[in-house]
Amino acid sequence: MRILVYIDIANGKIKKATHEVISYGADLAAATGDSLIGVAIGSCQDKLEELGSYGLTEVIHLGKEIEQNAPTEVNAWAISALASEMKAKTLLFSHSLSGKLLAPLTAARLKAGIVTGVVSQPELNNGFCVKKSVFSGKAFAKIAIKTELRVLTISPNSYPVKQVSGNAAVSTKAFTAAQSRIRTIKAEKTSGALSLTEAEVVVSAGRGLKGPENWGMVEELAGELNAALACTRPVADAHWRPHHEHVGQTGVAIAPNLYVAIGISGAIQHLAGVNRSKVIVVINKDPEAPFFKAADYGIVGDAFEVIPQLTAALKKVKAS
Amino acid sequence: MKILVCISKTPDTTAKIAFTDNNTKFDTNGVQWIVNPWDEWFALVRAIELKEADPTVTVHLLTVGEADADPIIRKALALGGDEAIRINAAPTESQFVAHQIAAIVKDGNYDLVLTGKETIDHNGSTIGGLVAGETELPFISLATKLERQGSTLTITREIEGGQESCEVEFPVVVSAQKGMAEARIPNMRGIMAARTKPLKVIEPIATTEYTETLQFELPAPKFGVKLVAPDQVQELVRLLHEEAKVI
Ligand SMILES: Cc1cc2nc3c(=O)[nH]c(=O)nc-3n(C[C@H](O)[C@H](O)[C@H](O)COP(=O)(O)OP(=O)(O)OC[C@H]3O[C@@H](n4cnc5c(N)ncnc54)[C@H](O)[C@@H]3O)c2cc1C
Ligand SMILES: Nc1ncnc2c1ncn2[C@@H]1O[C@H](COP(=O)(O)O)[C@@H](O)[C@H]1O
Repeated sequence: MRILVYIDIANGKIKKATHEVISYGADLAAATGDSLIGVAIGSCQDKLEELGSYGLTEVIHLGKEIEQNAPTEVNAWAISALASEMKAKTLLFSHSLSGKLLAPLTAARLKAGIVTGVVSQPELNNGFCVKKSVFSGKAFAKIAIKTELRVLTISPNSYPVKQVSGNAAVSTKAFTAAQSRIRTIKAEKTSGALSLTEAEVVVSAGRGLKGPENWGMVEELAGELNAALACTRPVADAHWRPHHEHVGQTGVAIAPNLYVAIGISGAIQHLAGVNRSKVIVVINKDPEAPFFKAADYGIVGDAFEVIPQLTAALKKVKAS
Repeated sequence: MKILVCISKTPDTTAKIAFTDNNTKFDTNGVQWIVNPWDEWFALVRAIELKEADPTVTVHLLTVGEADADPIIRKALALGGDEAIRINAAPTESQFVAHQIAAIVKDGNYDLVLTGKETIDHNGSTIGGLVAGETELPFISLATKLERQGSTLTITREIEGGQESCEVEFPVVVSAQKGMAEARIPNMRGIMAARTKPLKVIEPIATTEYTETLQFELPAPKFGVKLVAPDQVQELVRLLHEEAKVI
């Protein structure tokens, strides 16, 4: 039997989250004895062969010349048709913007059971049971999939990437699908910024920063850590920072390796979006701030003094 | 124009998350229930705005839930909307919920089906896509803006690495997120009116079981924060590098 992995391509580049999904698929294939096949749609500047180094041996490239901003339902129909043709039983996507669009459309088409935001390998001793994050990161649920076909989306930053050697064999296939009913008018790229959900390090600041004019030092720290920027809801609501940086229960949910929270009190709705971070550093001048209870490391101090010193210390380490 | 807004009932954002019966059931003790924020703040409010701009628009609210969802759907009706439908069944799994919604969509000739980005309890982000897949309607996910000219919608959506604006004709399924509208507070007149608005209760259609939630788990507790003095930032850098190994 076969496992299909969707290769997420954005702006001609393979998304990092895809490497995690491939590693997940490779481990699953090793456990079940299935074979693993990647499916890519549209033009791609990166070399698909190189996905072999994450454990993918075969890639089918559909419509390799197609230029597209973002997938549509037509991609989902193509993936479904390919899955049926290949008799794939398990389809894997990243729990990314594309995965959130394609996975449910595909699951509906294939009448497959679907679980999104999966955080670990399935238990296979009694059926097929996966663990997903629920209640905005405050708990996990174990869900058994009872259908013959299943669709999973894998939570970004939750599955370790494993490097192996070898190249994937890439074959191309024509993509003869109908036109999507959705017509793109224009696409805008967010300027060079690291994607918040994929970033391994996130530097985030809250109302403790007093005003948008003080974000310079936060940006410098983020630059030093190669981190994406985030903020709290009141900060986005006050238009100090753009809305897409708002993390939390009603913002973006993230799970980076390192989350640095500056001048953030740690309200329950904020924690709900960041509590799956592996390591949390809190910098707050109030020792009673609730965020310290959820932190691994903390500094009780004034951000305006601590942050520039921290950036300088990181620079020094880098230089030495 | 006919709009269907999918509304789900979720625990309040401050609810304590705990489980009973050997971690198989969510502990509802003392939990306040709310309209899922993404449904209320963005999907519902935008639907109401479209109706305010054109009184010929009808807005129906739909929830899949048992009788305890009635106060929630009335709360949503207090913000606006003409009538509500409740499919009388516990929303046990996403394909089940989507089948119920899809049946109503097919029957009701809706031009626009709006869902929220995700539920804050299940965190699925799946219902909109499943409904679109089953009804073979186009699906625009994570929309931040939606404008209407006649039977054409111009929608801005979040895509990998940026945003896209696109056009689509009725009928379509759209999942709404931040940016789509500004949250509102219901007024007294709305609350009074909601009491007498029609709420139709329909029995679910039969489906097979796709998935089953077996058990819940709480994350491992943190072992307590390690504090570093504010004038010892280099010690924090060392810990992050050598102990936590994250930089
Ligand atoms: C339904 C609902 C949903 C919500 N969803 C979200 C969400 O998704 N995300 C979110 O973030 N919030 C959300 N909130 C808001 C949340 O409850 C908090 O109000 C918010 O997170 C607080 O933001 P803050 O920490 O920036 O500000 P505050 O709570 O005002 O905290 C500022 C902190 O900065 C510290 N500080 C001040 N000066 C300094 C200094 N010089 N140096 C260091 N520290 C300093 C203070 O001690 C304080 O702890 C939601 C609320 C509701 C009701
Ligand atoms: N039980 C339900 N009844 C009606 N609509 C629902 C229900 N559950 C989810 N939805 C809708 O589907 C969206 C996404 O939910 P989910 O896929 O569970 O994250 C929600 O924001 C709602 O608009």
